[in-house]
Amino acid sequence: MEKNKTRLVVIGNGMAGIRTLEELLKMSPDEYDITVFGAELQPNYNRILLSPVLSGEMAFQDTVLNDWSWYKDNNIKLHAGKWVTKIDRQRCVVETDDGLAVPYDRLLIATGSNPIILPIPGVNLSGVIAYRSIDDVEKMQAAAKVSKRAVVIGGGLLGLEAANGLTLQGMEVAVVHLCDWPMERQLDKVGGGLLKDALEKRGLKFYLSRQTESIFGMDKVRGLRFKDGEEIEADLVVMAAGIRPNIALAKSAGIHCERGIVVNDTMQTYDPKIYSVGECVQHRGQTYGLVAPLFEQAKVAANHLAEYGRMRYEGSSVSTKLKVTGIDLFSAGDFNAGPEDEELLLQDSARGVYKKLVLRDNKLRGAVMYGDTIDGPWYFQMLRDGTDVSEMREHILFGQVHLGDAGHGGAASVANMDDKAEVCGCNGVCKGTIVNAIVEKKLFTLEEVRAHTKASSSCGSCTGLVESILANTLGGDYSTKPSKKAMCSCTEDTHEEVRAAITQQNIKSLPQLMQALHWKTPDGCHSCRPALNFYLLSAWPGEYEDDSRSRFINERVHANIQKDGTYSVIPRIWGGVTSPAELRAIADIADKYQVPTVKITGGQRIDLLGVTKENLPKMWGDMVAAGFVSGHAYGKSLRTVKTCVGSEWCRFGTQDSTGLGIKVEKMTWGSWTPHKFKIAVSGCPRNCAEATIKDFGVVCVDSGYEIHVGGNGGIKVRVTDFLCKVATEAEVMEYCGAFMQVYREEAHYLDRTAPWIERVGLAYVKQRVVEDAVGRAELYARFLESQRYSQDDPWKERAEGKDAHEYAALATIE
Amino acid sequence: MNWIQVGKLDDIPRQGSRIVNTSTGEIALFRSVGDEVFALDNRCPHKGGPLAQGIVHGKRVTCPLHSWMIELETGAAVAPDVGCAHRHDIKVESGLVFINPKT
Ligand code: SRM
Ligand SMILES: Cc1cc2nc3c(=O)[nH]c(=O)nc-3n(C[C@H](O)[C@H](O)[C@H](O)COP(=O)(O)OP(=O)(O)OC[C@H]3O[C@@H](n4cnc5c(N)ncnc54)[C@H](O)[C@@H]3O)c2cc1C
Ligand code: SF4
Ligand code: FES
Repeated sequence: MEKNKTRLVVIGNGMAGIRTLEELLKMSPDEYDITVFGAELQPNYNRILLSPVLSGEMAFQDTVLNDWSWYKDNNIKLHAGKWVTKIDRQRCVVETDDGLAVPYDRLLIATGSNPIILPIPGVNLSGVIAYRSIDDVEKMQAAAKVSKRAVVIGGGLLGLEAANGLTLQGMEVAVVHLCDWPMERQLDKVGGGLLKDALEKRGLKFYLSRQTESIFGMDKVRGLRFKDGEEIEADLVVMAAGIRPNIALAKSAGIHCERGIVVNDTMQTYDPKIYSVGECVQHRGQTYGLVAPLFEQAKVAANHLAEYGRMRYEGSSVSTKLKVTGIDLFSAGDFNAGPEDEELLLQDSARGVYKKLVLRDNKLRGAVMYGDTIDGPWYFQMLRDGTDVSEMREHILFGQVHLGDAGHGGAASVANMDDKAEVCGCNGVCKGTIVNAIVEKKLFTLEEVRAHTKASSSCGSCTGLVESILANTLGGDYSTKPSKKAMCSCTEDTHEEVRAAITQQNIKSLPQLMQALHWKTPDGCHSCRPALNFYLLSAWPGEYEDDSRSRFINERVHANIQKDGTYSVIPRIWGGVTSPAELRAIADIADKYQVPTVKITGGQRIDLLGVTKENLPKMWGDMVAAGFVSGHAYGKSLRTVKTCVGSEWCRFGTQDSTGLGIKVEKMTWGSWTPHKFKIAVSGCPRNCAEATIKDFGVVCVDSGYEIHVGGNGGIKVRVTDFLCKVATEAEVMEYCGAFMQVYREEAHYLDRTAPWIERVGLAYVKQRVVEDAVGRAELYARFLESQRYSQDDPWKERAEGKDAHEYAALATIE
Repeated sequence: MNWIQVGKLDDIPRQGSRIVNTSTGEIALFRSVGDEVFALDNRCPHKGGPLAQGIVHGKRVTCPLHSWMIELETGAAVAPDVGCAHRHDIKVESGLVFINPKT
């Protein structure tokens, strides 16, 4: 043991305690001298997976999260199989049942919870078992080998999983439950009824609305008597009547407890040296019995133990899935509609599908789904984000697929997907590869799946699918994203928190930002640096000096890198309108630099492909001389404004779409945005400029201009939402600038407008841009102000020598 | 040892890189935020991406083509990716950069 290290003692070798250590070791690997006490004989395992172990679908070994060597590799002293019997807070020592005494400087209590054992006669008979640990599972399996009839008391999540497992072990199983239907805390009556029917088909027998009076037998259990006098036979009784936070130890040490050990938002108990996480904890009056919130708690506790002192745990909302193979069931939030709530219902008996959504003020409050749960994570996300769903009300019950989200569309259900089906098109990863990685490498989170398989690490359109596969493979609640999602692994802060800090704390440089927010890496990574650079740029236009080292290569050298390391050059062609003189100039330049490919792009302009880096500044110099500016085809910035010929030529044209497009492009070019931004103006509803799949699209009509936003023609095609109609070109300009500015100020870096609008809701955008005229004018003014600093042509600057080192080799040697 | 002077430390931007052409291909020189200098073949072990164009962070560079991360000290790809970019000896003396290209 090293002398001068701070001593951390952990009581409880379970899921929350050890997760806290994992998080702590990531942040601060050498800070503590760590000792862990665990009453169980096994190393840290995944309690959630006990049900598949019980049913025989999994081996215990596969549930181990950290095996013995992990403790050794991290210098953690583990006492497995030892009970802590006393915490002496005066001397700061914990004592065990076999007389060991270990001192601490910090203590973490993670003792989980205890199964509730009903206070009825007979509970001490042999053959009465709780369901909590691998020991319990082994006892049940042993019983299943020699006896026939099992009764499970409790028709909640655990009870049903136990009952299902025992059925698969060959027993005849009955479930006794107090309420009229099973899982009443997670399901409404209809959902519960469907579940009951499905389980009965699998051979389970239900005794509902029954109360057990006693368990009888000599020394071994023989059966069970209800309050109404009926008796049933049983060789095995499993108690699954709920759990109670395990607080006896903390209580006896005088630590303030109510239902659980009371902690504050930093997971500290009333004794500042003592932290607590997991099911034993009571936070803001709540206790939790699912891992997702406990993992969030673990993160916060670790953050404070590592003395970062920055995160707060603010409570969690949870969702539930039942891990019975073949039964799809999902619930989240509050699904019992009150008088102010609305209920949306879908019931398809033929397909065995039931869905109920509860709305209040156009926001989701709760969801129950049975039979088809693929949209569960999507509803849950909207529930937690408080998304305004008024615009999608008509389709919401049918799921995300019906909102034009092609990313999910192909597969009706992840479970039915073939292993060879491709999930991530960018990286060519199929379902089987992902499932194998999750199982073999014991992955829990989306980030881990990304790191190990590359799935969802590129364009991200398959993220939802990958999350569903995670949920499906692991069961349980791993699908849930934490309610707080850090920007990247260099920080605990979310995009919103970082953006808020920049303006509130007046932060104006990258090093200052990383210091103020306690970045965990010296200078960030390739994922956060470009985001931070953009946030600073958007917060302080004209003032913040762009950091080219934090830009992706394309933006750093103002050209698109190609697969062979050469670049492409796309000059701006305003509104897609050109002239013989311009075309001649382009042709001459292409000849002069022997450009191998000249192509008309999908954005109404011309691409010169295959230019070497050394030639870029010279070529740009020639472009600039011929009157061109950069087309920013490489940037998270305004790309093109596509137009059609409009009223000037077209027999259907209602307005001058070409002229308006050019005006809009002159106003918006050069602007940096969270992701690329595309605009189009069509002269009539025939829409030849494809305005309804652009970030901002204008469709001219006789009486004015329809404005559409949030379209995307890329990976997931999304048709725009109609924002409003205006009467004049000047209004189009104002709405365009204002819309770009809200998007720029509030979206996450790398969000296109389509996912951004789906997250914040169209109603919000309407409120900011349409309804609030004063706010709109202010947004527009801020947009124009920042444009004053961003319309210097980057090509011209570089042709004149800026950043010359980017384009030339340092030396040539033999 | 065959040390060749290729330029000044100041020629390489902090958190940036420059390339040196050689008869056997390009070598990328990197300078970290802490002013350490490293040299690797300018070829990503994945699909040959030009590492010199990547974002340099800590003692790593992220390849611009498919975002593999490469350790500047060793040239090894950061797990779970596997592969190695050839490294070369490099030193800085009185502000001048010398390399000893491995063949
Ligand atoms: C050149 C061009 C193809 C062409 O030859 O026509 C093109 C080329 C590339 N597109 Fe595109 N896109 C081009 C029009 C489009 C269009 C059509 C349009 O704008 O009307 C789309 C669909 C519309 C849309 O974006 O909503 C399009 C959707 C994408 C996407 C998917 C974006 C999405 O949000 O789903 C990507 C990937 C990305 O940005 O992450 C992409 C990415 C790319 C990249 C940058 C891939 C890369 O990272 O290297 C290609 C660069 C090649 C190069 O060096 O020039 N390109 N790309 C087109 C340039 C238009 C221009 O003048 O600027
Ligand atoms: C069968 C089953 C299925 C489940 N399915 C799901 C699911 O699908 N999804 C989900 O989110 N959650 C599920 N859960 C709940 C989840 O497992 C728990 O929420 C989680 O394990 C709680 O973590 P914890 O660290 O608080 O407690 P535990 O994991 O129970 O860890 C506490 C540990 O502390 C030890 N301990 C207690 N007192 C002492 C002492 N005095 N001295 C030494 N050691 C002590 C205990 O032995 C135990 O090992 C399931 C639970 C069970 C039992
Ligand atoms: S569709 Fe776009 S990204 Fe794909 S190959 Fe063509 S140009 Fe490249
Ligand atoms: S070539 Fe470097 S990551 Fe693919």
